[in-house]
Amino acid sequence: MSKSVAETRALVEKSLRRRQWAERRFRAYGLGAVLLGLLFVVVLFTSVFSQGWSAFRQTNLTLEVFYDPAVIDPEGTADADTLAVADYPALVRAALKQRFPDVEGRTATRQLSDLVSSSAANVLQARLTADHSLMGKHETLRFLADDKVDQLLKGRISRDLDEADRALSDQQVQWIDALKHDGVLSLDFNRGFFSNGDSREPEQAGVWGAFVGSLYTLGVTLLLSFPIAVATAIYLEEFARRTRWTDLIEVNINNLAAVPSIVFGLLGLAMFLNIFGMPRSAPLVGGLVLALLTLPTIIIASRAAIKAVPPSIREAALGMGASKLQMVMHHVLPLAMPGMLTGTIIGMARALGETAPLLMIGMVAFIVDVPHSLTAPATVLPVQVFLWSDSPERAFIERTSAAIIVLLVFLVVMNATAVVLRNRFERRW
Amino acid sequence: MTHSILLLLLAVLVLLAFWLGERRSLSLVGGGRGIRNLHSLPYYYGMLTALWCGLPALLVMGLWLLFQNTVITGLISAHFPGDWQALDAGQRGLLINEIRNVVSGQITLEGVRPQVLAAAAEYRQMQSIANLALSGLVLVIAIAGLGFAHRQISPTLRARNAVERIFEWLLLGCSTIAVFVTIGIVLSVVYESLRFFHVVSVHEFLLGLSWSPQTALRADQAGSSGAFGAVPLFLGTAMISGIAMLIAVPVGLFSAIYLAEYADRRFRSVVKPVLEVLAGIPTVVYGFFAALTVGPALRNLGEVVGLSVASESALAAGLVMGVMIIPFISSLSDDMISAVPQSLRDGAYALGATRSETIRQVVLRAALPGIVGGVLLAISRAIGETMIVVMAAGLAANLTANPLEAVTTVTVQIVTLLTGDQEFDSPKTLAAFALGLVLFLVTLALNVVALKVVRKYREQYE
Repeated sequence: MSKSVAETRALVEKSLRRRQWAERRFRAYGLGAVLLGLLFVVVLFTSVFSQGWSAFRQTNLTLEVFYDPAVIDPEGTADADTLAVADYPALVRAALKQRFPDVEGRTATRQLSDLVSSSAANVLQARLTADHSLMGKHETLRFLADDKVDQLLKGRISRDLDEADRALSDQQVQWIDALKHDGVLSLDFNRGFFSNGDSREPEQAGVWGAFVGSLYTLGVTLLLSFPIAVATAIYLEEFARRTRWTDLIEVNINNLAAVPSIVFGLLGLAMFLNIFGMPRSAPLVGGLVLALLTLPTIIIASRAAIKAVPPSIREAALGMGASKLQMVMHHVLPLAMPGMLTGTIIGMARALGETAPLLMIGMVAFIVDVPHSLTAPATVLPVQVFLWSDSPERAFIERTSAAIIVLLVFLVVMNATAVVLRNRFERRW
Repeated sequence: MTHSILLLLLAVLVLLAFWLGERRSLSLVGGGRGIRNLHSLPYYYGMLTALWCGLPALLVMGLWLLFQNTVITGLISAHFPGDWQALDAGQRGLLINEIRNVVSGQITLEGVRPQVLAAAAEYRQMQSIANLALSGLVLVIAIAGLGFAHRQISPTLRARNAVERIFEWLLLGCSTIAVFVTIGIVLSVVYESLRFFHVVSVHEFLLGLSWSPQTALRADQAGSSGAFGAVPLFLGTAMISGIAMLIAVPVGLFSAIYLAEYADRRFRSVVKPVLEVLAGIPTVVYGFFAALTVGPALRNLGEVVGLSVASESALAAGLVMGVMIIPFISSLSDDMISAVPQSLRDGAYALGATRSETIRQVVLRAALPGIVGGVLLAISRAIGETMIVVMAAGLAANLTANPLEAVTTVTVQIVTLLTGDQEFDSPKTLAAFALGLVLFLVTLALNVVALKVVRKYREQYE
């Protein structure tokens, strides 16, 4: 069954067209997959940044308050106890009423005073306690506006909604417009976001407490995991003979690297909290758990770094009469250090973003204070994100995204350091 | 004395020990000139003294602190008044928690029972005694170690060998920590699970079809049957992981193929790091994205086409989890594809195969074991992923195969059962550990198989 050359050729050319079409299609699938991946990156970042960017600015309301002796200290005693329990919100109310003299009735007054954050009274109290001479004087101060005012001005609460569906009443919107018209409402840099702890009031909530908690926790993690991981890597690469025991250690490390992080949380709960009686919600325990979690990552990176040091260096050191430990400490370790540090930073970056195991050991509590010690209750940045994302207030969505931005910036800085370290100090032999 | 001051003192002592040891070794041989009469460099004599001074003291301090709270709690509960002795383990745990909270000053003292205050005072007293004893003990041990090592120093003492032996033991000790972590995980999870299986049979747990861990407080309470059949959780986990893999495997694999085989170097050097950014984003961020952006978007889309999509649908969680896993699959597959020797490709080209034919019929087939290993690792990751599902998947255990409905997963249940107040004897809390055990075993099995497959494949071409 022989075909003529022309027939064969026609056949081949026909199949060739099909094959080349398949080739193009295959290539397009590949490119499509890559572009889809890039699209996901873009969508993720735009969604977070577009929602969170506005939280770095916060609406403030400038009011003239009168430290009315008749309200704060009717008997004129001026002692600390009276000042501590006085009715400061009344001063704020009075200042607002001064702007809108025709507001009458309890409901309207309450709605009016809802425009200012509850922190305003605390500000007045702090100022008066610090300086008694303010009594009976007028002062113009800038207060935080309530989160709903803030959201309206940023356009996140729609004016077109029905009054019943909107967090603000029509009357309140009118007042806000009047205040805006008078120029006393201003959008300023949100300093409180970077200096406050957590709060139930969105306008007062900040990430500083969680940030400090993260620093404490990561500090413990670093102090524990780096030395242990480096020591393990040195032992396994330079000292250990291949025995059943070292095989077991290696298998263990590889498996630990892939154990779900929440299982480490269970370990922390059962071991550290219940058996050893360590405090709940403490950075110390969080750091311990995260250290165990990052250990395999750093060990694996450190071993790779040690392996990359050429044997000739070891032989030269031994040839000059160095002992084995001297050879390792004086020659191998310094040369492997950049690689080890890179691995450590990457491990720390992973620990920084880790949430699930910390939920298990109670670092999910609502904590207003900025932590001041390793055993004080604390929370960390990713857990703060988790907590805020659960809050019903509209303004917390913005704050959550802003906290994510802070977390991502933190991560980018760490990873960039790792890359710079690798590029500058890593030697290729 | 607080522990940090004690540590500081110890550090000072260690430095002193180093200095004393070094000086003594030199003075024994008459200063720097006689140094050749020493067995080791003076530095090693100093190190040896410092190690003797610091190591035993640190070891004792660590062990002490580890058990101090437990021991004190035991002593206190021995002194409890009669009616407290009769409490069961759960109530006793609550009581001890309350006492500890009073001691640490975490709660206001108003409304605390006087007996609790008394117990807290006793606790505090014992704590201060313990701290004092610890400080004394540690300092005595440190000074004794210093003195002992200092007296031992002589020109013939093989200080370097001793120091190196100690260091080697320290290194060995550190490397065994990984083993102890595994043992710790297994012990803590297994122990609590066994307690759980005393209450609920293994059979019921693994094969039961209904999951509602709320145990009834009153007999007539509705909706809290306390059923512990975990099949709905397993199916929910499988569904969400399955959706994730449906996204991640094709996208990850195809982008790995494109980057490894088609893309030029410049495109690759830009795109690869950008894709890997996806791997570095904390999972809580994905969770937020899934719950706030993807979930509502899918629900709106469903309304448009006339489908009812739950706002916490399995689809939303699975989609976002898939995005998270893309870089994992693509970088592993990329490695595997790059490891296929060029000679195989050249052979295929020489036979007239097009590029895509070479990739499909030669390269992918050669790299298949490695890619399968990578996919297995990715599945184990998807199963163990927690934050995305906690934030975007549901809480109620639905036995359904519809990805548009809300399902719950193993990890979600572990988190919900264990956050907040816990009693350590209720089956509800213990169930979380049983789920943890299942999770640990399944991921362990997947990892072992995956690592074996990957290793075998690597050896083949190296």
